[in-house]
Amino acid sequence: MPLTIVVTAKQVLDPETPPSALQIDPSRKRMVGPANVPPVVNGFDENAVEAALRIKDALGASNVKITVLSAGKSFVLDVIKKPLAMGADELVLVQDDACENLDAFQTARVLAAAIKSMGTVDLVLCGRQASDWDQAQVPLAIAEFLGLPCVHITRKVEVKDGTVVVERVVPDGAEVIQVPLPAVITVSNELGQPRYPTLRGIMASTRKQPIIRKLADLGLNPADLKPKVELLDLYIPVRQKKCEFISGDNDEEKGRNLARRLREAKLI
Amino acid sequence: MPGVLVFAELADGGLASISKELFSAGRPLAQALGEPLCTFIPAEKGGEVAKEAGALGADRVYVAEHPLLREPHPDYHLIALERAVQQVRPSVVLLGKTPLGINVGPRLAFRLGVGVAQDVVALKIEGDALIAERPVYGGNAMARVALREKPFVATVRPKAFEPLDPTPGRTAPVQAIPVAIEPAAVKVKVLERKKVEATGIRLEDARVVVGGGRGLGGPEPFQQLEELARLLGGAVGASRAVCDAGWLPYQYQIGLTGKTITADLYIAVAISGASQHMAGVSTVKNIVAINKDADAPIFQEARFGVVGDWKKVLPAFTDEVRKLLQQ
Repeated sequence: MPLTIVVTAKQVLDPETPPSALQIDPSRKRMVGPANVPPVVNGFDENAVEAALRIKDALGASNVKITVLSAGKSFVLDVIKKPLAMGADELVLVQDDACENLDAFQTARVLAAAIKSMGTVDLVLCGRQASDWDQAQVPLAIAEFLGLPCVHITRKVEVKDGTVVVERVVPDGAEVIQVPLPAVITVSNELGQPRYPTLRGIMASTRKQPIIRKLADLGLNPADLKPKVELLDLYIPVRQKKCEFISGDNDEEKGRNLARRLREAKLI
Repeated sequence: MPGVLVFAELADGGLASISKELFSAGRPLAQALGEPLCTFIPAEKGGEVAKEAGALGADRVYVAEHPLLREPHPDYHLIALERAVQQVRPSVVLLGKTPLGINVGPRLAFRLGVGVAQDVVALKIEGDALIAERPVYGGNAMARVALREKPFVATVRPKAFEPLDPTPGRTAPVQAIPVAIEPAAVKVKVLERKKVEATGIRLEDARVVVGGGRGLGGPEPFQQLEELARLLGGAVGASRAVCDAGWLPYQYQIGLTGKTITADLYIAVAISGASQHMAGVSTVKNIVAINKDADAPIFQEARFGVVGDWKKVLPAFTDEVRKLLQQ
């Protein structure tokens, strides 16, 4: 039996979109970018895919199976298939209209039910948080719902003798932690850059079709997925600060004038 | 009775700054609910800290003492907090958005079958609900959310509230909460701690911070930033792009997923000011930006700005600072 890894992934608004191009859609209470900017796979989720691929590299391709799992109302297939192009084996999408407005708690319920339906899963890897709602809750909730131990925010993940050994990022360094499998681990950008899909990977991914599941397939009823955290309002805060630009005939003079101005303002 | 329960964390033998801020955040909620402001102190020894909590405004103090609570192990602290919540049955549980709080808070909430408002900067009670405001989309927008099932659990962003000053002589009743922790039942085992030796002033504590961004083009220019920081008695920080590129270790990262600084003066060199970086400097009153792009978002947050090439601006600025400081 190969080691089974599930990596959760979310399709998000591209966080590199310039703030000036962002708008709020009040009816959906969502941030929207320009129509010509495609969404991306959440960056931390790509770090989690990379962590899974490194385990596959270390243990041998045939000894590890990586399933990428996402939930949502609709997907841009070319985007959400990127982890397949990076080297993951399989993509499962819980695609259901009722997945449009789930909060973290209910998203985790859906993902946990999907993971349960897969049978034996040894390791669940998640990005530390999603760059849209920045909640950092879903992985912890998956762990609670599945009754699994969890280590949150790691920079290194290795599988050894039925355990996972990770480095958890803490303010003054890292903790080396060992947990027996199965476990839930969240991955941060300190892990390092996710690999780029190779041409071969992209070709292989175009042939793979996602496995689509509905909430009913997972034994879930949309009526039971009422959010625990109700979103009342979303707004872009007004910035009131006015910047005093330092003038000068050239850049060097501006630099000297800046120092004098800061002295005047008693800041240095 | 029940109460607003602050999950206290310790630093250097006393209450951590974030915990003092939580008393500020929790006091108006306790008033609105007509319930006491309580705190829960999980620690190896909690006696002195319990007194400090009383002076800072806690009406009731609960202490769980256990040798295993010396280290900030999330699983041990979750066991302790779950026990405290069973006993106190609070209406609200407040934690800091700290490495411990972001683990313990959500997991407590999910075990109790309730939601959690994470990383909040404002809180109030409205009718039967807790209303919280939290930055989302990397700080580009704010969300107002409601929790309607008790206990309301929230983690609060550090520096979002001013810590209260202690009232000398003010005391609060202290009650011990017995906690049993069975280490064998906790699957998460810490094998080793890899500490990065801190050199100089801690970024979080520095009064002056000089930050560098992707626009510096490589690791070498940080020597110039170091020189300026040394001159001003400050510390050097960086944007996430700099750390992701490997120019500086992650200990230097300022931002949403890095450190939050509280400096009086932040000099940002070649930093565009992406909102996820600005989340780490949101309490800095005096931001100075040096950037060649006049449209860079950093200028919207800055008090003073120079539009120019840092390679020319920075050395002239540093020399002038040196001269002024010698006068």
